[in-house]
Amino acid sequence: MAVAEGNQDLQSSGVSKLDTHLKGESLWASAWKRMLRNRLAIMGLIIILIAVLVAVFADTIALKPFSETDLSSGDSAPYWVTQVFSSMTPVENGGYVKVNNEYPLGADNLGRDIFSRIVYGTRISLLVAFAGPVFALAVGLAVGLTAGYFGGALDNILMRIVDIMYAFPTLLLIILLMTFFRFSTSTPEPGTFTYALGQLDKSTGGMLFIFVGIGLTSWMQMARLVRGQVLSARETEYVESARAMGATTPRIMWRHILPNILGPLIVAETLTIPQYISYEAFLSFIGLGVQVPTPSWGSMISDGSRAISSYPNQAIFPALALFFVMFAFNFLGDGLRDALDPRMRGAD
Amino acid sequence: MTVFIIRRLLWMALVLLVVSAITFVLLRAVPGGPFNTERGVPAPVQRALEEKFNLTAPLYQQYLKYLSDILVPHITGEEFRRSLTNDYLINVPLPFLGEEAYFRWMNFGPSLRVRSRTVNQIFQENLPVSFQLGLAALVVAVVIGVPSGVVAALKRNTWLDYASMGIAITGVSISIIVSAPVLQYLFGVQWKLLPASGWGTFQQAILPAFALGFTYSALLARLTRASLLQVLDEDYIRTARAKGLSERIVVSLHALKNALIPVVTVIGPLFALLVTGTFVAETIFGIPGMGRYFVTSVTNRDFTVVMGTILLYAGFLVLANMAVDIVYAWLDPRIRLS
Repeated sequence: MAVAEGNQDLQSSGVSKLDTHLKGESLWASAWKRMLRNRLAIMGLIIILIAVLVAVFADTIALKPFSETDLSSGDSAPYWVTQVFSSMTPVENGGYVKVNNEYPLGADNLGRDIFSRIVYGTRISLLVAFAGPVFALAVGLAVGLTAGYFGGALDNILMRIVDIMYAFPTLLLIILLMTFFRFSTSTPEPGTFTYALGQLDKSTGGMLFIFVGIGLTSWMQMARLVRGQVLSARETEYVESARAMGATTPRIMWRHILPNILGPLIVAETLTIPQYISYEAFLSFIGLGVQVPTPSWGSMISDGSRAISSYPNQAIFPALALFFVMFAFNFLGDGLRDALDPRMRGAD
Repeated sequence: MTVFIIRRLLWMALVLLVVSAITFVLLRAVPGGPFNTERGVPAPVQRALEEKFNLTAPLYQQYLKYLSDILVPHITGEEFRRSLTNDYLINVPLPFLGEEAYFRWMNFGPSLRVRSRTVNQIFQENLPVSFQLGLAALVVAVVIGVPSGVVAALKRNTWLDYASMGIAITGVSISIIVSAPVLQYLFGVQWKLLPASGWGTFQQAILPAFALGFTYSALLARLTRASLLQVLDEDYIRTARAKGLSERIVVSLHALKNALIPVVTVIGPLFALLVTGTFVAETIFGIPGMGRYFVTSVTNRDFTVVMGTILLYAGFLVLANMAVDIVYAWLDPRIRLS
């Protein structure tokens, strides 16, 4: 009896296993399962989710408005910070640090709360993390789909443009573009187009131009990838059969080719996100990024590093925030790559 | 092969032409010329200055003039007089043509902010520092990256592999903006092991070199590992093992030699990348190099310095990448065919 039961169990489990297999999993479902097994990627995902929550509820989480200054408590630090950073001796013990426990991570030289500024800075970094891929995908898809699907002279011209842009050193191009944007909209006549653009950028705290700058410098990789994927997808039987059934070109591209090439594109973009984040931090660091007083981790590190020997907390805390978010996106990207495209596992 | 090289060189020339045109147009299109300072210069003085620095001609003429000043080399004799508009970055003495004969090349013009200096003088003072820093960072990247990649590949799927690849992916996540202040604080301020800033001594170079080089050591480790793993799968490795060679000989003589080809070829562009990417390291560690000067020039709107730096760096980077293409094609004939 027991044997029979066991047998039945075995059978039913075998059948159910077979069933799920036969039912077939969508690309996303099986990718999700593979991903759940990758602990580091899940850790990355959790960090990102926390960061998203912090960014969304920044107004509630932050203790003070990010631009509120209080010169009397400038450069002050809470007690625990003076303990962690042993070079920061409090005034009471004969040192120079004003102890003020109202600021959980200390205050900068203008008396702005570092914790609140890091919380608001999450918004900037995450906006770049999500807007960068959107822009790169939009332009890259348009160029890559056109070049790959139509081929011929159009393909040739588009790809030569991509080649030239690709050879332009990215960091220099983005510095160049940001210099141009920043300075050409700094003193325009009211009423002109540049003036309107400058106002729009100002109202976003300088983010608009950062998006445009990053977008203009990073669509080329996507265009190449899309083109390559389209070229191989174009020759497949499902596209041929769609064409035979009279599907229009846009429909074939949108309904048949795009869903099939989406996996590698998402992987590539996720792996590029840390780069977008570090571009923004870099631009803000050298003073071409967000505009004061918008808090960006890059500009906070830049300000803080000037006082690193006296007040290391002012640079170290935003640096840690930047590290954790980039770290999380890197692990998530690696996990996604393994999950969505097992063939690429371990490849770089 | 010759055709391939010529094609690559022509392509490089085209790329640099486009790069220079974009750079020139964007930076000259910025309204409010370099002499519109807050203090304001009297109108006639400003006109004279603009005249002097050739800012009144049509844009395309300015561009051609600027480009030919940089590109056309000169051979000068005794009559050469150095001035703000007549100064060259590269000056090679030609003793066989006479005592005062020089081969002079690349005139980037005057600095618009520091009136008494030319962009070339600024380059000559600051670039060597950035070169040294880039070289030191390259040494760090190679010394850490390549051995850990080799170990990871040889001990594949052991804790050593996971550990070094874990460190590598962490290293990729640490941008210089993070590593520089953290290293500076830990080693320079907290433990006082190394000088926290400055430039000139060996000790002062250690921290910035690590901050700059560590990220790239992670990239090199991953590249080395992937390349070595691929080579270890090849038939000739199996043959070498089958003939009874010891594992040490197989790895060191047969596998590494081929596996390191891609690694060696990226070192050129990596060096270019390091030299041209010192902005943050130099700013944080207070190093008087081109990176820090560039960041100040952007704030000061010293457009000729900005333009010159971007063009010089772009040329350097493009040249390094092209050189790799050619070296690779030379090493691996399959590439030339495609």
